[in-house]
Amino acid sequence: MPSEIQDRRQFLWFLRGMRGITSLPALILMASYVGFSAFALQSGLTKGEAVFMTLSIWALPAQMILVGTMVGGAPLAASFAAVTLSSIRMMPMVASIMPQMRTERTPVALLLFLSHFLAITSWVFATQRLEAVPRDNRVAYFAGFGITLTLTNALIVALSYGLVSSFPPVIAAALFMLTPVYFISSIWASARQPVVKIAFGAGIVLGPLLALVSPDFDVLYAGLGGGTVAYLIDRYRRKSKQRAGASA
Amino acid sequence: MLDGWWTYVVIVVAGFLATDIWRWLGVLVGNRLDEDSEALHWVRAVATALVMAVTAKLIVFPTGTLADSPLWLRLGAAGIGFAVFLLAGRRVVVGVVAPITLLVIGLWWLGV
Repeated sequence: MPSEIQDRRQFLWFLRGMRGITSLPALILMASYVGFSAFALQSGLTKGEAVFMTLSIWALPAQMILVGTMVGGAPLAASFAAVTLSSIRMMPMVASIMPQMRTERTPVALLLFLSHFLAITSWVFATQRLEAVPRDNRVAYFAGFGITLTLTNALIVALSYGLVSSFPPVIAAALFMLTPVYFISSIWASARQPVVKIAFGAGIVLGPLLALVSPDFDVLYAGLGGGTVAYLIDRYRRKSKQRAGASA
Repeated sequence: MLDGWWTYVVIVVAGFLATDIWRWLGVLVGNRLDEDSEALHWVRAVATALVMAVTAKLIVFPTGTLADSPLWLRLGAAGIGFAVFLLAGRRVVVGVVAPITLLVIGLWWLGV
């Protein structure tokens, strides 16, 4: 029965995605979530709240920001605004993966559900690995990785809660530094198109600079501005190469 | 801190909804993009710049214990670490271990 074979193949790719939990990006994210657990405890969140936050938001920067505004006693609308601004980046991240991941038959509801598991780590993972997966199995592969990664980290937040308040400051600082240095090297290493490298540089320089000018919209401006400039530079580069090719 | 069920309401509204509406919009927009279209090039560039802006801010304006360390140390560790990563043939393990080692040595030397 072909459909049975197909089902078995999907399951196999789901398992292969699950195996990504032992990859370097997954391990680094887990260490970062140990850091989040310590931060949540210091900020007065209960264990249940910290775990619920991890499962329902599943974006480390957004979680940090929400805890920060809650500690500051900000009204609900202010918390919403701060978090949603930091999460706008999810839209282009998810959108840039969709054409690679879906087939013509993939139900939109399934993609909407799976999009919850897309955050920076799974975005890097997907951009690096989806291409090598047969198109029909890409959704299963991503689901295996994304769901496993989210559930494992929720478990890690629960297990390390209370345990990590006693970490020496040097270790705690190293945990918080892991995430950014991992993103820097893995995104650079996986950048195959020049446009990604140009956008990489633009974002890294504009992010902190614009934070000084416009602390609320900095990431948005850096992304839209830096990304658009990177796209235009790359487009010019491609067109002039094309023209050189045509005249040769 | 806030108490009881209200905290969960805040997490659902200001956390879950505030984040997932963008993911859902991403699915709807991404479904209309063709692979290797000009629009996808632009979306990919914007996504990368956004992620790197967040990343750079984690180093320049950190939260938690890392905030107690001097900026020059964090920038130096990240910058030199990235150079070592490039020299080592762009191996991600090196790109993680090198800056963390530099940071830990620096913190230890400063007596943090």
